[in-house]
Amino acid sequence: MKVIRIIYNTITDGFKSVFRNFSLSLASISCITITLILVGVSIILSENVNKFTDDIEKDVTIVVYIDKDATTEEIEKIEDNIKSLDNIDSIEFLSKEEIRKDMSNDSEGIGNILGEYDEATNPLLDEYLVKVKDTEKIGKTAASIKEIAKVNTVKYGEGMVEELVKIFDVVKKITFVIVIGLIVVTAFLISNTIKITINNRKRQIEIMRLVGASNGYIKLPFFFEGIILGFLGSIIPIFIICYGYIFLYQKMNGILFTEVISLVNPDKILLNLMLILMSIGIIVGAFGSYFAVRRHLKI
Amino acid sequence: MNLIEIKGVYKQYKNGVTALCDVTLSIPKGDFVFVIGASGSGKSTLIKLLYRQEKPSRGDVYVGGINVAKLRNRKVYKLRRKLGIVFQDYKLLSNMTVYENVAFALEIYGLPEKDIRKKVMNAINKVGLKEKFRSYPDQLSGGEQQRVSIARAIVNNPKILICDEPTGNLDPETSMGIMDIINKINEEGTTIIMATHDKEIVNKYKKRVLYLEKGILVSDKEKGVYKEHESN
Repeated sequence: MKVIRIIYNTITDGFKSVFRNFSLSLASISCITITLILVGVSIILSENVNKFTDDIEKDVTIVVYIDKDATTEEIEKIEDNIKSLDNIDSIEFLSKEEIRKDMSNDSEGIGNILGEYDEATNPLLDEYLVKVKDTEKIGKTAASIKEIAKVNTVKYGEGMVEELVKIFDVVKKITFVIVIGLIVVTAFLISNTIKITINNRKRQIEIMRLVGASNGYIKLPFFFEGIILGFLGSIIPIFIICYGYIFLYQKMNGILFTEVISLVNPDKILLNLMLILMSIGIIVGAFGSYFAVRRHLKI
Repeated sequence: MNLIEIKGVYKQYKNGVTALCDVTLSIPKGDFVFVIGASGSGKSTLIKLLYRQEKPSRGDVYVGGINVAKLRNRKVYKLRRKLGIVFQDYKLLSNMTVYENVAFALEIYGLPEKDIRKKVMNAINKVGLKEKFRSYPDQLSGGEQQRVSIARAIVNNPKILICDEPTGNLDPETSMGIMDIINKINEEGTTIIMATHDKEIVNKYKKRVLYLEKGILVSDKEKGVYKEHESN
């Protein structure tokens, strides 16, 4: 009973002091709100950059041309051999006949030229289109495929792909660092604001110590107060970011200027984002105030 | 065993000031002790050692069987629960009513609301503030505020009441009113240690008097008075 009563006191005290020190609470809440909006925006941006780079990387394909004299069996064997390599995501066969038809449909000029050939005299080669799991290792995978018997040539946009992968890697790292940096700055800002607000209540803490409250008993209400502040502070950012992003996504039909850059679907990230923002608010609020009180427990 | 036992205590502050020098004394249960001396004589330091606001540099301080010198910061509350402390500046919370200020000291024990109310009203009655338990400290006179702080100090029935110049901010008449309350608490069995430099109070009550000068305990007399030469 006693413990329950103490816990009950602790929680109600936490609530009470949020309202009793309303102007200070408001200062903490607005600080949390503003910094969390920044964090939210930066997370959305970095998610989109990641999606864009992933989309591009996924599009990278190794085209495997097969020798003209390869038999059907040999062609099947090539497929088995490719599949047995690691780093293979998917493989698709394109016969030279399909390619001829596709190319003829694509352009009239080419269609006229290819029209002079029939199935037997088709000058094109059969192909496998191979997608890899890890684009960074594409060079090695392509080289391994080249070794397979009856493979004529292997092409994947050598040089350019490697450059692109390198650039994307750097971009991803930079956005990650920015997000983490912002979270750290947020934590620092929030805990500092709370520190200032708690300095104003030094007297209360001092008196609690003097009447024989244990340190834990003193710290807990501040801990809860921090949780409440963090929670309240994260509500506005969550609304702004979620509705803002959904609005933007719908307004732009899910793409940024061109079809090549498609935006991340809000359904996929907003729930996580809400949880992330709320946890940052709550965790930083709770520990910010917890550590801020600790400094005053030396009297 | 005596309730308070101080043995060979030295206190030197970080800035080099020696506040207490080889002080040894003991206070039995139920005693009423005045600690007097000029400003800077070390009386405040002596009082602060008792509730472990300060730690002695050397020597032992036993309060109710606890060695204060060795008490860790996070165990301090165990000592303070045995004590009631009254300060010159009352140390009340201005955003709480008289009732809440007193109840504050009991809530930490997790007592049922009913028990808290009974004890708090009891303490408020004792100091004669029954009519004003809903007032805020700002609405009270200095004497009344000090009574609230006394009520808070005694609400938990402490064995020892420590008073650090409780009448320092009050006029003589109000001071006597406060002293009557403190004296009554002593008559009910609570040990009282009170730092003061109010000559009239000391002379009127004729209790045990500890006189400190430059950190040294120069006299310790039963039924002592505040002598003229001592105040110089």
